[in-house]
Amino acid sequence: MNNLILRTIAKRTFYLFVAFSLYLLFRGHNLPGGGFIAGLLTVAAIVLQYLAFDIKYVQKLLPIDYINVAVMGLVLATLTGIGGMFLGYPFLTQAFDYYTIPIFGTVELATALLFDIGVYLVVIGSVLTIISAIGDEKPWNS
Amino acid sequence: MNNLVVIPILIPLVTALLLLFFRKNIFWQRVVSIISALLALGVSILLAITVAQDGIQVSQIGNWPAPYGITMVADLFSAIMVMLSAVMAIAIIAYSFNYIDRKREEYFYYPLLQLVLMGINGSFLTGDIFNLFVFFEILLIGSYMLLSLGGEKYQLQEAVKYMIINILASSLFLVAIALLYGVTGTLNMADLAVKIAALEDTRVITVISMLFFAVFAIKAALFPLYFWLPGSYHAPPTPITTLFAALLTKVGVYALVRTFTLIFVQDVSFTHTVILVIAGFTMSLGVLGAVAQMDFKRILAYHSISQVGYMVMGLGLYTVTGLVGTIFFIVHHSLIKSSLFLISGITEKITGTTDLRKLGGLLTAFPLVGWLFFIASFALAGTPPLSGFFSKFLLIKAGLDIGQHAIVAVSILVGTLTLFSMVKIFYYAFWGKEPHKYIPKDGTKWVRLTPAVIYLITLSALIGVNFEWFYSYALMASEQLMNPEIYIEAVLGRGGH
Repeated sequence: MNNLILRTIAKRTFYLFVAFSLYLLFRGHNLPGGGFIAGLLTVAAIVLQYLAFDIKYVQKLLPIDYINVAVMGLVLATLTGIGGMFLGYPFLTQAFDYYTIPIFGTVELATALLFDIGVYLVVIGSVLTIISAIGDEKPWNS
Repeated sequence: MNNLVVIPILIPLVTALLLLFFRKNIFWQRVVSIISALLALGVSILLAITVAQDGIQVSQIGNWPAPYGITMVADLFSAIMVMLSAVMAIAIIAYSFNYIDRKREEYFYYPLLQLVLMGINGSFLTGDIFNLFVFFEILLIGSYMLLSLGGEKYQLQEAVKYMIINILASSLFLVAIALLYGVTGTLNMADLAVKIAALEDTRVITVISMLFFAVFAIKAALFPLYFWLPGSYHAPPTPITTLFAALLTKVGVYALVRTFTLIFVQDVSFTHTVILVIAGFTMSLGVLGAVAQMDFKRILAYHSISQVGYMVMGLGLYTVTGLVGTIFFIVHHSLIKSSLFLISGITEKITGTTDLRKLGGLLTAFPLVGWLFFIASFALAGTPPLSGFFSKFLLIKAGLDIGQHAIVAVSILVGTLTLFSMVKIFYYAFWGKEPHKYIPKDGTKWVRLTPAVIYLITLSALIGVNFEWFYSYALMASEQLMNPEIYIEAVLGRGGH
C-alpha cells in the first residue's frame, strides 16, 4: 500500500498514541485505565505503522523479539507478586506510599503499578507476536 | 495464613518463565524442567505433611480477607492431588526427553507443560469458584497448544473438536457461576456453602448444581459427554496423551468432588443419585467401547472413560468409605493408566504402529516391555497386591455398606470386561509370533523410555504393599471432605463470619 495521507498521519499520531497509552497506564491503579488497555493502545499505534508501511519497515524500526517483551512483562508481574512473600505477606499483596517528587509533586507509588507495567508488556508482546505471526505466515517447517 | 499453599502454583509458573528465556537451548530446557518437577514434588510432600499435622492450610491472596478476596486452600484431598500431579510430572518430563522430537521441543513444549501443570495445581488449590474457572482456562489454553503442537493433520482435526467442546463447557461454566452468584452473592466456596445452607428454597440451587455437573462432566469425560476423549487422546504424541489421561480428567473429577461435597449438598438424595447413575453408564459404555477397539492407544483411551466412572461412583455413594475409594482410584488410575500409555508409546517407537492387528510377538522379542505391560494391565484390572485391587475393593465395599447393589454389580462386571480387553492387547501385541522382524528406528533408544514406566509401576506396587499407611491418610482426607464445617472454619474463621 502506498498511501501518503495514511503514512503521514500514522507517523505523526504514533507519539500521541503512545503518550496517551502511558497516561492510561499510570493512572490505571485507581482510575479507569491500566496495563491491559494501555498495552492494547500501544499495540494499536504499532499496528497502524504496519498498515501504513510494511512489516520489514516496522521490524527495522523496532528490532525486538516480541516474545521477549511478553516474557519480561510476565517476569515483572510475577516478581511483584512474589516480592511480598519474602516479607511474610501472602502472594500478590500490594504496598503503596506517598512520595514527593520534584515537578510531579506528591504522588502515590504502589507496587500494583509494577504489576500493571508487567501486564502492559505482556499485552504488547503477545498481541504483536500474534499479529506478526498471522501477517508473516511463517509455516511450521521453516 | 501460610504461603506454602501457593508455592505449588508458583513453581511451574516461574519455571515456565525461566524456560522462555532460553527456548532454543534444549539441554537447559530439559534440566530446568526436571529440577523444577523434583522441587515441586518436595514442596507438595511438605504441604501434605503440614496439612496432615496442622489441619487445613489457607492463604488469602493479596491479604484480602476471606469472602472478598481469593482464597487458596489446601485440605488433605487437595494436597494429595498436588502431590499426584508432581509425581506424574516427573514421569512425563523424563519420558519426553527421549520421545518428543526436536522441533516440538524448540517450540515451547516444556514451558507449555509447566503452564498446564500450573493450571492443574491452581485448580486443586483454589478456594474460589471463579478462580477455579480461571485456572481451568489456563490449563485448557496450555492443553490446546500441546494438542495441536506439531500441526499434523490428524492432530489439528482433533484439536478443533477438543477446543470447541471445551469452549462450550467454559461458557456453560461461566453461566453457571453467574447464576450461582446471582442467587447467593458470593464466589468463595466456603462462603457459598454457608449461604446455601441458610437458603430456605434450595430448588434453584439444585438446578444450578446440575449445570455445574454438566460442565465438570465434560472435563472429566462422563457419559454422555465423553465423545471428545478417544480422538484427542489418540492424536498427540504419547507424553501429552499421558498428561491428559493422568491429570486433565482428574481435574474434572476433583472439581466434582469438591463442589458436591462442599457446596451442593442441599439435596443429596437427588443430586448424588444422578451422579451414581451417570457413573454406572460411564463405566459400562466406556469399557464396551474399549472391547470394540483394535488400536492400542484407543483401547486405553476408552478405558480411561470407564475408569472415571469408578472415581465418580465413590462420590455418588457419598459415604466416607466411598470417597476413600475415589481418592485411591484417582491415584491408582493416574499411575497405572499413565504407565500403560507410556508403554504404548514404547511399542510405537519399536514397531511404528499402534494397530493391534499389525503387532505380535513382542513378549519374546522385547521381554522387558512385555512384562511391564503384563504387570500394569493386571494392576488396572484390579489384581492384588497392586493398587487397583484396593481401590476397587473399597468402592465395592462402600456400595455394599449402603445397599447400592446395582452399581456394585455393574462395577464388578465392568472389571471383568476391563481384564478381557487388557488380555486382548496382551494377546494381539505381545503373544504369538512377530509378523516381521521389528527393527526400532532409533536403535535401542526405546530402553531409555522404560525408567519412567518402572517408576510408576513401582509406586503403584508400593501403594498396594503399604496399603494400611496410605489408607489412614486417604481416610483423613475423606473425613475432611464429608465434614465441610472444617473447611469452612479454616477459610472463614470460627463460626463463619
